Amino acid sequence: MQEAIRADALIRQFGIIRAVNEVSFAVEPGEVFGMLGPNGAGKTTLVRLLNGVIEPDGGAARVLGFDPRTQGEDVRRQTGVLTETPALYERLSARDNLLFFGALYGVPQADLPRRVDDLLERFGLADRANDRAGGYSKGMKQRLALARTLIHQPRLLFFDEPTAGLDPEAALQVTTLIQELSHRDGRTVFLCTHNLEEAQRLCDRVAVINQGRLLAVGTAEQLARGLWQGLWVDVSLLAPSDGLAERLRVLPGVLDISADGLELAVQVAEEAAIPGLVAGLVAAGAPVKRVSPREHSLQEIYFKLQEEARS
Amino acid sequence: MNRRTILAITRKDLMEVRHNGMAWKPMLIVPLIFVVLLPLAVIIGPSLLNFPPDALTRDPDIQMFLDNMPPAMKAQTEGLDDHQMGIVLILGFMFAPMMLIIPVMVASIIGSESFVGEKERRTIEPLLYTPATERELFIGKMLAAVLPALAVCWGSFLLYTLIVNVAGGPVMGRFWFPSVVWIPLMLWVAPAIAVLGMTGAVFISSRVGTFMEAYQSTGLLVLPVILLVIAQAAGVVYLNVEIALVVGLAMWLIDAGLLALSLRTFSRAALMARV
Repeated sequence: MQEAIRADALIRQFGIIRAVNEVSFAVEPGEVFGMLGPNGAGKTTLVRLLNGVIEPDGGAARVLGFDPRTQGEDVRRQTGVLTETPALYERLSARDNLLFFGALYGVPQADLPRRVDDLLERFGLADRANDRAGGYSKGMKQRLALARTLIHQPRLLFFDEPTAGLDPEAALQVTTLIQELSHRDGRTVFLCTHNLEEAQRLCDRVAVINQGRLLAVGTAEQLARGLWQGLWVDVSLLAPSDGLAERLRVLPGVLDISADGLELAVQVAEEAAIPGLVAGLVAAGAPVKRVSPREHSLQEIYFKLQEEARS
Repeated sequence: MNRRTILAITRKDLMEVRHNGMAWKPMLIVPLIFVVLLPLAVIIGPSLLNFPPDALTRDPDIQMFLDNMPPAMKAQTEGLDDHQMGIVLILGFMFAPMMLIIPVMVASIIGSESFVGEKERRTIEPLLYTPATERELFIGKMLAAVLPALAVCWGSFLLYTLIVNVAGGPVMGRFWFPSVVWIPLMLWVAPAIAVLGMTGAVFISSRVGTFMEAYQSTGLLVLPVILLVIAQAAGVVYLNVEIALVVGLAMWLIDAGLLALSLRTFSRAALMARV
Protein backbone atom coordinates (compact mmCIF):
# COMPACT_ATOMS: atom_id res chain seq x y z
CA MET A 1 0.00 0.00 0.00
CA GLN A 2 1.16 3.51 -0.78
CA GLU A 3 2.82 5.31 2.12
CA ALA A 4 0.83 8.20 3.59
CA ILE A 5 3.97 10.31 3.90
CA ARG A 6 7.47 9.87 2.56
CA ALA A 7 10.15 12.44 3.21
CA ASP A 8 13.53 12.11 1.55
CA ALA A 9 16.37 14.26 2.84
CA LEU A 10 14.10 17.28 3.31
CA ILE A 11 15.93 20.53 4.00
CA ARG A 12 14.56 23.92 4.98
CA GLN A 13 16.79 26.83 5.78
CA PHE A 14 15.78 30.09 7.52
CA GLY A 15 18.73 32.44 7.15
CA ILE A 16 21.70 30.70 8.67
CA ILE A 17 19.52 28.28 10.63
CA ARG A 18 18.69 24.93 9.13
CA ALA A 19 15.27 24.28 10.64
CA VAL A 20 14.92 20.92 8.88
CA ASN A 21 18.15 19.14 8.08
CA GLU A 22 18.04 16.20 5.66
CA VAL A 23 15.06 14.58 7.30
CA SER A 24 13.90 11.23 5.91
CA PHE A 25 11.09 9.03 7.16
CA ALA A 26 7.92 7.29 6.03
CA VAL A 27 4.46 7.07 7.61
CA GLU A 28 2.21 4.12 6.85
CA PRO A 29 -1.51 4.58 6.22
CA GLY A 30 -3.61 4.27 9.37
CA GLU A 31 -0.77 4.63 11.84
CA VAL A 32 -0.30 7.26 14.53
CA PHE A 33 3.16 8.62 13.95
CA GLY A 34 4.72 10.84 16.59
CA MET A 35 7.28 13.52 15.85
CA LEU A 36 8.94 14.20 19.17
CA GLY A 37 11.27 17.03 19.95
CA PRO A 38 11.72 20.14 22.04
CA ASN A 39 10.28 23.52 21.02
CA GLY A 40 12.08 24.83 17.97
CA ALA A 41 13.26 21.38 16.91
CA GLY A 42 11.70 21.74 13.46
CA LYS A 43 8.38 19.92 13.95
CA THR A 44 6.10 22.75 12.81
CA THR A 45 8.36 23.56 9.85
CA LEU A 46 8.06 19.91 8.83
CA VAL A 47 4.24 20.11 8.94
CA ARG A 48 4.34 23.22 6.78
CA LEU A 49 6.68 21.58 4.29
CA LEU A 50 4.55 18.43 4.07
CA ASN A 51 1.44 20.51 3.42
CA GLY A 52 3.08 22.56 0.69
CA VAL A 53 2.66 25.80 2.60
CA ILE A 54 6.38 26.50 2.43
CA GLU A 55 8.89 25.06 -0.01
CA PRO A 56 11.90 22.95 0.87
CA ASP A 57 15.41 24.08 0.03
CA GLY A 58 16.38 20.51 -0.71
CA GLY A 59 15.08 16.97 -0.74
CA ALA A 60 11.62 15.79 -1.70
CA ALA A 61 8.36 14.58 -0.17
CA ARG A 62 5.26 12.67 -1.20
CA VAL A 63 2.09 13.08 0.81
CA LEU A 64 -0.82 10.80 -0.11
CA GLY A 65 0.91 10.34 -3.45
CA PHE A 66 1.25 14.05 -4.20
CA ASP A 67 4.32 16.28 -4.24
CA PRO A 68 3.56 19.09 -1.76
CA ARG A 69 5.90 21.44 -3.59
CA THR A 70 3.98 21.32 -6.87
CA GLN A 71 0.63 19.83 -5.82
CA GLY A 72 0.05 21.67 -2.56
CA GLU A 73 -3.67 22.16 -3.21
CA ASP A 74 -4.18 18.42 -3.83
CA VAL A 75 -2.34 17.64 -0.60
CA ARG A 76 -4.25 20.21 1.46
CA ARG A 77 -7.59 19.00 0.11
CA GLN A 78 -6.94 15.66 1.87
CA THR A 79 -5.08 16.74 4.97
CA GLY A 80 -6.33 18.42 8.10
CA VAL A 81 -3.98 20.44 10.27
CA LEU A 82 -4.63 21.29 13.89
CA THR A 83 -2.33 24.22 14.53
CA GLU A 84 -0.57 24.82 17.83
CA THR A 85 -3.09 27.50 18.82
CA PRO A 86 -6.78 26.99 17.96
CA ALA A 87 -6.68 30.20 15.84
CA LEU A 88 -10.47 30.46 15.57
CA TYR A 89 -12.46 33.39 14.28
CA GLU A 90 -13.46 34.44 17.75
CA ARG A 91 -16.09 36.95 16.68
CA LEU A 92 -17.93 34.24 14.77
CA SER A 93 -19.99 31.41 16.19
CA ALA A 94 -18.74 27.82 16.26
CA ARG A 95 -21.19 27.00 13.49
CA ASP A 96 -20.01 29.87 11.28
CA ASN A 97 -16.38 28.88 11.83
CA LEU A 98 -17.14 25.36 10.61
CA LEU A 99 -19.36 26.49 7.71
CA PHE A 100 -16.58 28.79 6.52
CA PHE A 101 -13.88 26.14 6.54
CA GLY A 102 -16.26 23.59 5.04
CA ALA A 103 -16.79 25.89 2.06
CA LEU A 104 -13.04 26.47 1.70
CA TYR A 105 -12.35 22.73 1.72
CA GLY A 106 -15.01 22.22 -0.91
CA VAL A 107 -17.47 20.19 1.21
CA PRO A 108 -20.61 19.90 -1.00
CA GLN A 109 -23.05 22.64 -0.09
CA ALA A 110 -25.87 20.12 0.36
CA ASP A 111 -23.88 18.09 2.93
CA LEU A 112 -22.28 20.94 4.83
CA PRO A 113 -24.99 21.91 7.37
CA ARG A 114 -25.54 18.28 8.39
CA ARG A 115 -21.83 17.63 8.66
CA VAL A 116 -21.38 20.74 10.81
CA ASP A 117 -24.21 19.62 13.11
CA ASP A 118 -22.71 16.13 13.41
CA LEU A 119 -19.30 17.51 14.35
CA LEU A 120 -20.76 19.96 16.86
CA GLU A 121 -22.64 17.06 18.41
CA ARG A 122 -19.63 14.74 18.41
CA PHE A 123 -17.39 17.35 20.04
CA GLY A 124 -19.95 18.33 22.66
CA LEU A 125 -20.48 21.84 21.30
CA ALA A 126 -24.04 21.53 19.97
CA ASP A 127 -25.57 23.43 22.90
CA ARG A 128 -23.40 26.45 22.26
CA ALA A 129 -23.11 26.17 18.49
CA ASN A 130 -24.39 29.68 17.90
CA ASP A 131 -22.27 31.36 20.60
CA ARG A 132 -19.21 33.30 19.63
CA ALA A 133 -16.10 31.13 19.76
CA GLY A 134 -14.31 33.88 21.68
CA GLY A 135 -16.44 33.08 24.73
CA TYR A 136 -15.44 29.41 24.81
CA SER A 137 -13.11 27.84 27.39
CA LYS A 138 -9.66 26.71 26.22
CA GLY A 139 -10.78 23.09 26.01
CA MET A 140 -13.88 23.98 24.00
CA LYS A 141 -11.81 26.09 21.63
CA GLN A 142 -9.45 23.19 21.08
CA ARG A 143 -12.38 20.85 20.43
CA LEU A 144 -13.80 23.32 17.92
CA ALA A 145 -10.40 23.55 16.24
CA LEU A 146 -10.38 19.74 16.07
CA ALA A 147 -13.85 19.75 14.52
CA ARG A 148 -12.59 22.30 11.98
CA THR A 149 -9.71 19.96 11.15
CA LEU A 150 -12.20 17.18 10.38
CA ILE A 151 -14.83 19.13 8.44
CA HIS A 152 -13.66 17.76 5.07
CA GLN A 153 -13.03 14.23 6.40
CA PRO A 154 -9.30 14.27 5.64
CA ARG A 155 -7.38 11.02 5.22
CA LEU A 156 -4.30 12.40 6.93
CA LEU A 157 -4.30 14.50 10.09
CA PHE A 158 -1.50 16.68 11.42
CA PHE A 159 -1.75 17.60 15.08
CA ASP A 160 0.73 20.17 16.33
CA GLU A 161 0.95 20.03 20.13
CA PRO A 162 -2.78 19.27 20.45
CA THR A 163 -2.88 19.32 24.24
CA ALA A 164 -0.49 22.19 24.93
CA GLY A 165 -1.91 24.49 27.58
CA LEU A 166 -4.99 22.35 28.30
CA ASP A 167 -5.98 21.21 31.79
CA PRO A 168 -5.70 17.42 32.37
CA GLU A 169 -9.41 16.80 31.76
CA ALA A 170 -9.49 18.72 28.48
CA ALA A 171 -6.20 17.11 27.44
CA LEU A 172 -7.67 13.64 28.08
CA GLN A 173 -10.73 14.48 25.97
CA VAL A 174 -8.48 15.53 23.11
CA THR A 175 -6.23 12.47 23.27
CA THR A 176 -9.28 10.19 23.44
CA LEU A 177 -10.60 11.85 20.30
CA ILE A 178 -7.27 11.33 18.54
CA GLN A 179 -7.38 7.64 19.48
CA GLU A 180 -10.89 7.38 18.08
CA LEU A 181 -9.88 9.06 14.86
CA SER A 182 -7.08 6.65 14.30
CA HIS A 183 -8.46 3.39 15.68
CA ARG A 184 -12.16 3.77 14.91
CA ASP A 185 -12.02 5.89 11.76
CA GLY A 186 -8.73 4.51 10.39
CA ARG A 187 -7.17 7.88 9.66
CA THR A 188 -3.43 8.44 9.55
CA VAL A 189 -2.22 10.78 12.27
CA PHE A 190 1.03 12.75 12.32
CA LEU A 191 1.39 13.99 15.88
CA CYS A 192 3.94 16.65 16.80
CA THR A 193 4.48 16.80 20.51
CA HIS A 194 6.95 17.23 23.30
CA ASN A 195 4.57 15.50 25.68
CA LEU A 196 6.20 12.08 25.94
CA GLU A 197 3.47 10.45 27.99
CA GLU A 198 0.94 11.46 25.38
CA ALA A 199 3.17 10.11 22.62
CA GLN A 200 3.64 6.80 24.47
CA ARG A 201 -0.12 6.41 24.82
CA LEU A 202 -1.03 7.40 21.27
CA CYS A 203 1.74 6.60 18.84
CA ASP A 204 2.43 3.39 16.96
CA ARG A 205 5.84 4.70 15.92
CA VAL A 206 7.81 7.79 16.73
CA ALA A 207 10.60 9.88 15.31
CA VAL A 208 12.80 12.01 17.54
CA ILE A 209 13.98 15.31 16.12
CA ASN A 210 16.32 17.92 17.51
CA GLN A 211 17.75 21.04 15.89
CA GLY A 212 16.26 19.98 12.59
CA ARG A 213 17.95 16.57 12.56
CA LEU A 214 16.11 13.30 12.89
CA LEU A 215 17.79 11.27 15.65
CA ALA A 216 15.81 8.02 15.32
CA VAL A 217 12.62 6.49 13.91
CA GLY A 218 10.76 3.37 15.02
CA THR A 219 8.57 1.77 17.66
CA ALA A 220 9.57 2.36 21.27
CA GLU A 221 10.87 -1.21 21.36
CA GLN A 222 12.95 -0.78 18.23
CA LEU A 223 14.42 2.46 19.52
CA ALA A 224 15.25 0.88 22.89
CA ARG A 225 16.95 -2.03 21.17
CA GLY A 226 19.13 0.37 19.28
CA LEU A 227 20.08 2.25 22.41
CA TRP A 228 20.66 -0.45 24.97
CA GLN A 229 22.41 -3.79 24.55
CA GLY A 230 20.04 -6.70 25.20
CA LEU A 231 16.95 -6.61 27.34
CA TRP A 232 16.56 -6.63 31.10
CA VAL A 233 14.10 -9.07 32.66
CA ASP A 234 13.04 -8.62 36.30
CA VAL A 235 12.46 -11.84 38.25
CA SER A 236 10.75 -11.79 41.67
CA LEU A 237 10.97 -14.83 43.93
CA LEU A 238 8.74 -15.91 46.80
CA ALA A 239 11.71 -17.40 48.72
CA PRO A 240 15.51 -17.44 48.33
CA SER A 241 16.91 -20.01 45.91
CA ASP A 242 20.56 -20.99 46.42
CA GLY A 243 22.85 -20.99 43.42
CA LEU A 244 20.08 -19.78 41.10
CA ALA A 245 22.10 -16.93 39.61
CA GLU A 246 24.96 -19.25 38.66
CA ARG A 247 22.57 -21.75 37.02
CA LEU A 248 20.88 -18.99 34.99
CA ARG A 249 24.17 -17.37 33.95
CA VAL A 250 25.05 -20.35 31.74
CA LEU A 251 21.73 -20.37 29.87
CA PRO A 252 21.93 -19.48 26.16
CA GLY A 253 21.25 -15.77 25.51
CA VAL A 254 21.81 -14.64 29.11
CA LEU A 255 24.36 -11.81 29.23
CA ASP A 256 24.40 -10.65 32.83
CA ILE A 257 22.67 -11.14 36.17
CA SER A 258 22.44 -9.01 39.28
CA ALA A 259 20.70 -10.27 42.41
CA ASP A 260 19.30 -8.31 45.33
CA GLY A 261 17.53 -10.53 47.87
CA LEU A 262 14.40 -11.94 46.26
CA GLU A 263 14.78 -9.72 43.19
CA LEU A 264 16.92 -10.69 40.19
CA ALA A 265 17.65 -8.62 37.10
CA VAL A 266 18.65 -10.76 34.16
CA GLN A 267 20.03 -9.25 30.96
CA VAL A 268 19.22 -11.33 27.89
CA ALA A 269 20.47 -10.75 24.35
CA GLU A 270 17.01 -10.57 22.80
CA GLU A 271 13.34 -11.18 23.48
CA ALA A 272 13.60 -14.74 22.07
CA ALA A 273 15.81 -15.70 25.04
CA ILE A 274 13.01 -15.10 27.56
CA PRO A 275 11.25 -18.51 27.15
CA GLY A 276 14.63 -20.23 27.77
CA LEU A 277 15.10 -18.13 30.90
CA VAL A 278 11.63 -19.08 32.20
CA ALA A 279 12.34 -22.77 31.46
CA GLY A 280 15.67 -22.44 33.33
CA LEU A 281 13.90 -20.92 36.35
CA VAL A 282 11.37 -23.77 36.40
CA ALA A 283 14.09 -26.40 35.93
CA ALA A 284 16.02 -24.91 38.86
CA GLY A 285 12.89 -25.23 41.01
CA ALA A 286 12.95 -21.50 41.79
CA PRO A 287 9.78 -20.26 43.62
CA VAL A 288 8.98 -17.68 40.92
CA LYS A 289 6.44 -15.01 41.75
CA ARG A 290 6.79 -12.87 38.62
CA VAL A 291 8.88 -12.55 35.44
CA SER A 292 8.59 -9.25 33.63
CA PRO A 293 10.65 -7.90 30.77
CA ARG A 294 11.66 -4.34 31.56
CA GLU A 295 10.34 -1.95 28.90
CA HIS A 296 12.05 1.35 28.42
CA SER A 297 9.65 4.23 28.60
CA LEU A 298 9.56 6.66 25.72
CA GLN A 299 10.85 9.22 28.16
CA GLU A 300 14.00 7.18 28.84
CA ILE A 301 14.46 6.57 25.14
CA TYR A 302 13.94 10.23 24.31
CA PHE A 303 16.44 11.53 26.85
CA LYS A 304 18.98 8.87 25.94
CA LEU A 305 18.70 9.91 22.27
CA GLN A 306 19.01 13.59 23.10
CA GLU A 307 21.99 12.83 25.33
CA GLU A 308 23.69 10.81 22.59
CA ALA A 309 23.00 13.59 20.09
CA ARG A 310 24.68 16.11 22.42
CA SER A 311 27.72 13.94 22.91
CA MET B 1 -10.62 30.03 -9.53
CA ASN B 2 -13.39 28.79 -7.30
CA ARG B 3 -16.25 31.25 -6.92
CA ARG B 4 -17.61 29.53 -3.82
CA THR B 5 -14.26 29.86 -2.05
CA ILE B 6 -14.00 33.56 -2.94
CA LEU B 7 -17.53 34.28 -1.75
CA ALA B 8 -16.99 32.30 1.46
CA ILE B 9 -13.95 34.45 2.27
CA THR B 10 -15.81 37.67 1.44
CA ARG B 11 -18.80 36.62 3.52
CA LYS B 12 -16.64 35.61 6.48
CA ASP B 13 -14.70 38.89 6.41
CA LEU B 14 -17.92 40.89 6.23
CA MET B 15 -19.35 38.94 9.17
CA GLU B 16 -16.22 39.72 11.16
CA VAL B 17 -16.50 43.42 10.36
CA ARG B 18 -20.17 43.38 11.32
CA HIS B 19 -19.28 41.90 14.71
CA ASN B 20 -16.52 44.45 15.25
CA GLY B 21 -18.13 47.76 16.16
CA MET B 22 -14.75 49.45 16.40
CA ALA B 23 -14.29 48.81 12.70
CA TRP B 24 -17.64 49.86 11.26
CA LYS B 25 -18.84 52.65 13.54
CA PRO B 26 -16.23 55.19 12.39
CA MET B 27 -17.10 54.21 8.82
CA LEU B 28 -20.61 55.52 9.33
CA ILE B 29 -19.82 58.65 11.34
CA VAL B 30 -17.74 60.34 8.62
CA PRO B 31 -20.32 59.77 5.85
CA LEU B 32 -23.09 61.03 8.11
CA ILE B 33 -21.15 64.26 8.71
CA PHE B 34 -20.51 64.66 4.96
CA VAL B 35 -23.92 63.84 3.67
CA VAL B 36 -26.23 65.08 6.41
CA LEU B 37 -24.67 67.70 8.67
CA LEU B 38 -22.58 69.66 6.16
CA PRO B 39 -25.25 70.06 3.45
CA LEU B 40 -27.84 71.05 6.04
CA ALA B 41 -25.41 73.60 7.45
CA VAL B 42 -24.85 75.06 3.96
CA ILE B 43 -28.55 75.20 3.10
CA ILE B 44 -30.11 76.21 6.40
CA GLY B 45 -27.08 77.78 8.10
CA PRO B 46 -27.06 81.20 6.37
CA SER B 47 -30.70 81.95 7.19
CA LEU B 48 -30.34 80.62 10.76
CA LEU B 49 -27.30 82.79 11.42
CA ASN B 50 -28.79 85.78 9.53
CA PHE B 51 -25.92 85.95 7.03
CA PRO B 52 -26.61 88.15 4.02
CA PRO B 53 -27.39 85.92 0.99
CA ASP B 54 -24.36 87.19 -0.89
CA ALA B 55 -21.92 86.57 2.00
CA LEU B 56 -20.36 83.67 0.16
CA THR B 57 -20.24 85.02 -3.36
CA ARG B 58 -18.62 88.27 -2.14
CA ASP B 59 -15.64 86.36 -0.80
CA PRO B 60 -12.58 87.24 -2.99
CA ASP B 61 -11.46 83.57 -3.25
CA ILE B 62 -14.89 82.47 -4.37
CA GLN B 63 -14.96 85.35 -6.82
CA MET B 64 -11.66 84.13 -8.28
CA PHE B 65 -13.06 80.60 -8.41
CA LEU B 66 -16.09 81.86 -10.30
CA ASP B 67 -14.05 84.03 -12.67
CA ASN B 68 -11.76 81.14 -13.66
CA MET B 69 -14.55 78.59 -14.09
CA PRO B 70 -14.63 76.80 -17.46
CA PRO B 71 -17.54 78.03 -19.61
CA ALA B 72 -19.40 74.71 -19.44
CA MET B 73 -19.45 74.82 -15.66
CA LYS B 74 -20.27 78.49 -15.62
CA ALA B 75 -23.35 77.72 -17.69
CA GLN B 76 -24.70 75.66 -14.79
CA THR B 77 -24.59 78.67 -12.49
CA GLU B 78 -26.22 81.11 -14.94
CA GLY B 79 -29.28 82.86 -13.57
CA LEU B 80 -28.82 81.78 -9.96
CA ASP B 81 -29.23 84.20 -7.10
CA ASP B 82 -26.57 84.54 -4.40
CA HIS B 83 -28.03 81.95 -2.01
CA GLN B 84 -28.61 79.46 -4.84
CA MET B 85 -25.09 80.10 -6.13
CA GLY B 86 -23.64 79.33 -2.68
CA ILE B 87 -25.51 76.03 -2.54
CA VAL B 88 -24.54 74.95 -6.07
CA LEU B 89 -20.90 75.95 -5.61
CA ILE B 90 -20.41 74.24 -2.28
CA LEU B 91 -22.70 71.26 -2.50
CA GLY B 92 -22.54 70.70 -6.25
CA PHE B 93 -18.87 71.35 -6.97
CA MET B 94 -16.72 71.64 -3.84
CA PHE B 95 -18.14 68.63 -2.04
CA ALA B 96 -17.82 66.35 -5.05
CA PRO B 97 -14.22 65.26 -4.39
CA MET B 98 -14.87 65.13 -0.64
CA MET B 99 -17.37 62.35 -1.20
CA LEU B 100 -14.45 60.28 -2.50
CA ILE B 101 -12.98 60.18 1.00
CA ILE B 102 -15.73 57.69 1.90
CA PRO B 103 -14.71 54.74 -0.34
CA VAL B 104 -10.99 55.14 0.31
CA MET B 105 -11.60 55.31 4.06
CA VAL B 106 -13.97 52.33 4.28
CA ALA B 107 -11.87 50.13 1.98
CA SER B 108 -8.65 50.88 3.80
CA ILE B 109 -10.12 50.25 7.26
CA ILE B 110 -11.57 46.88 6.24
CA GLY B 111 -8.47 46.05 4.20
CA SER B 112 -6.13 46.63 7.13
CA GLU B 113 -8.41 44.77 9.52
CA SER B 114 -8.80 41.77 7.24
CA PHE B 115 -5.16 41.32 6.23
CA VAL B 116 -3.23 42.44 9.32
CA GLY B 117 -6.01 41.34 11.66
CA GLU B 118 -5.76 37.73 10.46
CA LYS B 119 -2.01 37.84 10.91
CA GLU B 120 -2.26 39.41 14.35
CA ARG B 121 -4.78 36.86 15.62
CA ARG B 122 -2.89 34.02 13.86
CA THR B 123 -6.10 32.92 12.11
CA ILE B 124 -4.16 33.19 8.85
CA GLU B 125 -2.42 29.89 9.63
CA PRO B 126 -5.43 27.53 9.37
CA LEU B 127 -6.51 29.55 6.35
CA LEU B 128 -3.22 28.84 4.60
CA TYR B 129 -3.60 25.12 5.30
CA THR B 130 -6.80 25.04 3.21
CA PRO B 131 -6.74 24.32 -0.53
CA ALA B 132 -7.81 27.93 -1.28
CA THR B 133 -5.30 29.51 -3.65
CA GLU B 134 -3.52 32.77 -2.89
CA ARG B 135 -5.48 34.44 -5.67
CA GLU B 136 -8.83 33.24 -4.26
CA LEU B 137 -7.86 34.43 -0.78
CA PHE B 138 -6.77 37.79 -2.13
CA ILE B 139 -9.84 38.38 -4.30
CA GLY B 140 -12.19 37.26 -1.51
CA LYS B 141 -10.60 39.71 0.86
CA MET B 142 -10.51 42.44 -1.76
CA LEU B 143 -14.24 42.12 -2.38
CA ALA B 144 -14.88 42.22 1.37
CA ALA B 145 -13.21 45.62 1.47
CA VAL B 146 -14.35 47.11 -1.85
CA LEU B 147 -18.02 46.08 -1.81
CA PRO B 148 -18.90 47.72 1.52
CA ALA B 149 -16.83 50.76 0.52
CA LEU B 150 -18.94 51.18 -2.60
CA ALA B 151 -22.14 50.39 -0.73
CA VAL B 152 -21.42 53.07 1.86
CA CYS B 153 -20.30 55.51 -0.84
CA TRP B 154 -23.30 55.00 -3.10
CA GLY B 155 -25.68 54.89 -0.15
CA SER B 156 -24.21 58.17 1.09
CA PHE B 157 -24.54 59.65 -2.38
CA LEU B 158 -28.24 58.74 -2.54
CA LEU B 159 -28.84 60.20 0.90
CA TYR B 160 -26.91 63.31 -0.09
CA THR B 161 -28.98 63.65 -3.26
CA LEU B 162 -32.15 63.38 -1.23
CA ILE B 163 -31.05 65.88 1.41
CA VAL B 164 -29.70 68.59 -0.91
CA ASN B 165 -32.79 68.37 -3.13
CA VAL B 166 -35.36 68.25 -0.33
CA ALA B 167 -33.70 70.69 2.07
CA GLY B 168 -32.51 72.86 -0.80
CA GLY B 169 -35.86 72.68 -2.58
CA PRO B 170 -37.31 75.92 -1.16
CA VAL B 171 -34.18 77.86 -2.15
CA MET B 172 -33.52 76.23 -5.51
CA GLY B 173 -37.13 75.79 -6.54
CA ARG B 174 -36.36 72.57 -8.39
CA PHE B 175 -34.53 69.23 -8.18
CA TRP B 176 -31.10 70.39 -9.28
CA PHE B 177 -28.75 67.65 -8.01
CA PRO B 178 -26.78 65.64 -9.16
CA SER B 179 -24.97 67.52 -11.87
CA VAL B 180 -23.47 65.48 -14.69
CA VAL B 181 -19.94 65.33 -13.19
CA TRP B 182 -21.20 63.18 -10.32
CA ILE B 183 -21.98 60.29 -12.65
CA PRO B 184 -18.35 59.48 -13.64
CA LEU B 185 -17.31 60.42 -10.13
CA MET B 186 -19.54 57.77 -8.54
CA LEU B 187 -19.32 55.09 -11.21
CA TRP B 188 -15.72 55.45 -12.43
CA VAL B 189 -13.64 57.27 -9.81
CA ALA B 190 -15.26 55.92 -6.61
CA PRO B 191 -14.66 52.22 -7.48
CA ALA B 192 -11.07 53.06 -8.48
CA ILE B 193 -10.53 54.84 -5.22
CA ALA B 194 -12.09 52.00 -3.21
CA VAL B 195 -9.65 49.59 -4.87
CA LEU B 196 -6.87 52.08 -4.11
CA GLY B 197 -7.85 52.10 -0.43
CA MET B 198 -7.87 48.33 -0.34
CA THR B 199 -4.66 47.65 -2.31
CA GLY B 200 -2.92 50.45 -0.45
CA ALA B 201 -3.99 48.88 2.84
CA VAL B 202 -2.74 45.44 1.73
CA PHE B 203 0.53 46.94 0.54
CA ILE B 204 1.05 48.82 3.81
CA SER B 205 -0.21 45.86 5.86
CA SER B 206 2.45 43.58 4.44
CA ARG B 207 5.05 45.94 5.85
CA VAL B 208 3.72 46.57 9.31
CA GLY B 209 3.09 44.28 12.24
CA THR B 210 -0.11 45.38 13.90
CA PHE B 211 -3.59 46.47 12.92
CA MET B 212 -3.11 49.84 14.62
CA GLU B 213 0.07 50.55 12.63
CA ALA B 214 -1.71 49.58 9.42
CA TYR B 215 -4.76 51.63 10.34
CA GLN B 216 -2.64 54.71 11.01
CA SER B 217 -0.49 54.30 7.91
CA THR B 218 -3.47 53.81 5.62
CA GLY B 219 -4.63 57.29 6.67
CA LEU B 220 -2.09 58.44 4.08
CA LEU B 221 -4.28 57.00 1.35
CA VAL B 222 -6.78 59.82 1.86
CA LEU B 223 -4.08 62.28 0.73
CA PRO B 224 -4.76 62.09 -3.04
CA VAL B 225 -8.42 62.89 -2.36
CA ILE B 226 -7.52 65.76 -0.03
CA LEU B 227 -5.19 67.11 -2.74
CA LEU B 228 -8.07 67.01 -5.19
CA VAL B 229 -10.31 68.91 -2.75
CA ILE B 230 -7.61 71.56 -2.22
CA ALA B 231 -6.79 71.78 -5.92
CA GLN B 232 -10.40 72.45 -6.74
CA ALA B 233 -10.92 74.90 -3.89
CA ALA B 234 -7.80 76.77 -5.01
CA GLY B 235 -9.12 76.93 -8.57
CA VAL B 236 -6.25 74.81 -9.94
CA VAL B 237 -8.57 72.00 -11.03
CA TYR B 238 -12.23 72.30 -11.95
CA LEU B 239 -13.73 68.89 -11.63
CA ASN B 240 -15.74 68.30 -14.80
CA VAL B 241 -16.55 65.10 -16.63
CA GLU B 242 -13.26 65.03 -18.58
CA ILE B 243 -11.15 65.67 -15.46
CA ALA B 244 -13.13 63.02 -13.55
CA LEU B 245 -12.44 60.49 -16.30
CA VAL B 246 -8.71 61.33 -16.29
CA VAL B 247 -8.48 61.23 -12.48
CA GLY B 248 -10.30 57.88 -12.54
CA LEU B 249 -7.95 56.51 -15.17
CA ALA B 250 -4.91 57.62 -13.16
CA MET B 251 -6.38 55.92 -10.07
CA TRP B 252 -7.04 52.70 -11.98
CA LEU B 253 -3.45 52.69 -13.26
CA ILE B 254 -2.10 53.16 -9.72
CA ASP B 255 -4.49 50.37 -8.63
CA ALA B 256 -3.10 48.03 -11.27
CA GLY B 257 0.46 48.69 -10.10
CA LEU B 258 -0.43 48.25 -6.43
CA LEU B 259 -2.46 45.12 -7.19
CA ALA B 260 0.50 43.55 -8.98
CA LEU B 261 2.78 44.45 -6.06
CA SER B 262 0.29 43.22 -3.46
CA LEU B 263 -0.27 39.93 -5.25
CA ARG B 264 3.48 39.38 -5.31
CA THR B 265 3.74 39.91 -1.55
CA PHE B 266 0.62 37.81 -0.96
CA SER B 267 2.28 34.41 -1.26
CA ARG B 268 1.57 31.55 1.10
CA ALA B 269 5.20 31.19 2.07
CA ALA B 270 5.62 34.94 2.71
CA LEU B 271 2.45 35.07 4.79
CA MET B 272 3.36 31.94 6.75
CA ALA B 273 6.84 33.25 7.43
CA ARG B 274 5.28 36.13 9.38
CA VAL B 275 2.99 33.94 11.51
